[in-house]
Amino acid sequence: MRYPAAALMLRMLLMQTRSELLMRWRVPAFSVTNLALPIVFFTFFGLPVAHVRRADGVSIGAYLLASFGAYAVGNVMIYGFGIGVANERAMKIDRLMRASPLPPLVFMLAKVVTALVFALLALLLLVGYGAVVGGIHQPPAVWAMVIARLLAGSLPFIALGFAIGYLSGPHAAPAVANLIYLPLAFASGFFVPVGQLPGFVQAIARFLPTYHYAQLAWSALGAGSETLGTSLFWLAGYTALFLTLAIRAYRREERAKFA
Amino acid sequence: MTPVVELCAARKRFGQVEALQGVDLAIGTGELVAMLGPNGAGKTTSISLMLGLRRPTGGEARLFGVDPADQRARSRCGVMLQESGTPGVLTVRELVDLFRSYYPSPLPTATAIARAGLDAKADARAGTLSGGERQRLHFALAVCGDPEALFLDEPTVGMDVEGRRAVLDNIRALSAAGKTIVFTTHYLEEADQLARRIVVIDRGVIIADATPREIKSRIPSKRISFNTGVPVSDATFRGLPVQNLEVADHRVRLLSNEPELVLKALFERGVAVRDLEVTGADLEEAFLSLTTRP
Repeated sequence: MRYPAAALMLRMLLMQTRSELLMRWRVPAFSVTNLALPIVFFTFFGLPVAHVRRADGVSIGAYLLASFGAYAVGNVMIYGFGIGVANERAMKIDRLMRASPLPPLVFMLAKVVTALVFALLALLLLVGYGAVVGGIHQPPAVWAMVIARLLAGSLPFIALGFAIGYLSGPHAAPAVANLIYLPLAFASGFFVPVGQLPGFVQAIARFLPTYHYAQLAWSALGAGSETLGTSLFWLAGYTALFLTLAIRAYRREERAKFA
Repeated sequence: MTPVVELCAARKRFGQVEALQGVDLAIGTGELVAMLGPNGAGKTTSISLMLGLRRPTGGEARLFGVDPADQRARSRCGVMLQESGTPGVLTVRELVDLFRSYYPSPLPTATAIARAGLDAKADARAGTLSGGERQRLHFALAVCGDPEALFLDEPTVGMDVEGRRAVLDNIRALSAAGKTIVFTTHYLEEADQLARRIVVIDRGVIIADATPREIKSRIPSKRISFNTGVPVSDATFRGLPVQNLEVADHRVRLLSNEPELVLKALFERGVAVRDLEVTGADLEEAFLSLTTRP
């Protein structure tokens, strides 16, 4: 059976994505951290205050679900790509792929699709957990908006993840990802609302990509503190920065390994 | 007809090391070529240039007449590399299925797995395979797309006798089916058994490109060893067709293609020869005498 070029490309993408999904699912370091960790954290930080309402009437439970949703997606992107890519480089899987007819773009795209599927799964689990265990409810259209914005806005973190994956070795990658992501997540109010953080942290938060990313989700609930335009402006800037970093790191690797 | 592989005055420098120093090579459709040479001779670098995994620092490399990195050329090749890993959590079957999807008209999954002799391990994860089984997996990944050309870098390394024979039989069958095959090895015996053309590469230069018969005629086929009552030196053997001469105390060992001529000359020169032995030279040892110049 012979496939035309476009169909062949689509088939490659599907098979590659299937493999990437299986790989991520079968490695507990990824699947458990990606899917279970946000729920565990939400249980500690979110559930106890789930039924309180903010001054503006927004449910704190929903607000924190959105925050932990942002945390979950960033987690999938930064750890998934950072550690995943670093490992594949160490195992020389990149060399095998490089010698195969698989176009590098399809290889990357399959990773992005896989990460988005995991991010979606993590968000659905969080929202479902919030509804069943915490009794936190919002109209489906509102959750759909929160999820759509969090997935679409994850681009800068995909780029950051790739950059970490190409710049660090397999042993350093988890530490590097933690050192970068955990302070970002805390300072941007993912676990504790920004208003409750120390003053200087609040001042810094305004400049962080994660802060503006979470604003996308908070404002979908009517609890944002900046316009959508402002959030998108910041995220676009950080996307450009991280993408530049990722491309430079990728090129450096290309020169060293395949030049 | 466009050759499958072309290297034109190809050079490759890694820092201070010139791994390839101007290699010219053309391999046509249906050829079965062995690239032979000791470790570090430039075999893997040559394969890397042919496949576009590395860019030549000088000269040119072409695959099916185009840039080797071109997808059109790649989808006509199956590759087995020495230094490459597979995702350990995927099973043999899943990996073969994945690699089949990269090619326009692949073999059935079961056929590719059977050809590599991995039926019993089809549902085992790649990470649980032994070294030899992993080599077989790489072989399955190379052939599963039913490509026109195969590039096998040290395909039998780390395999047991049975596995080795299976791979060699496979290569023979694929060649008989019309595939173009390039493989590297550092065993002359392996190249001799399989290939109709042997390219000997040493220190980044092709030092021979000929049939196995011609190659073998160039290397010393007999080993002569004897004891002598009088001290001898290198000068004793001046002008004689000897190689790998070792003189230690009264013990002399050497390789030669013309043992009768050497012995006659030694008797004429008055060398007292005792405990004479003339045996067939170990092929690998003799081959090394061709590649490692003093």
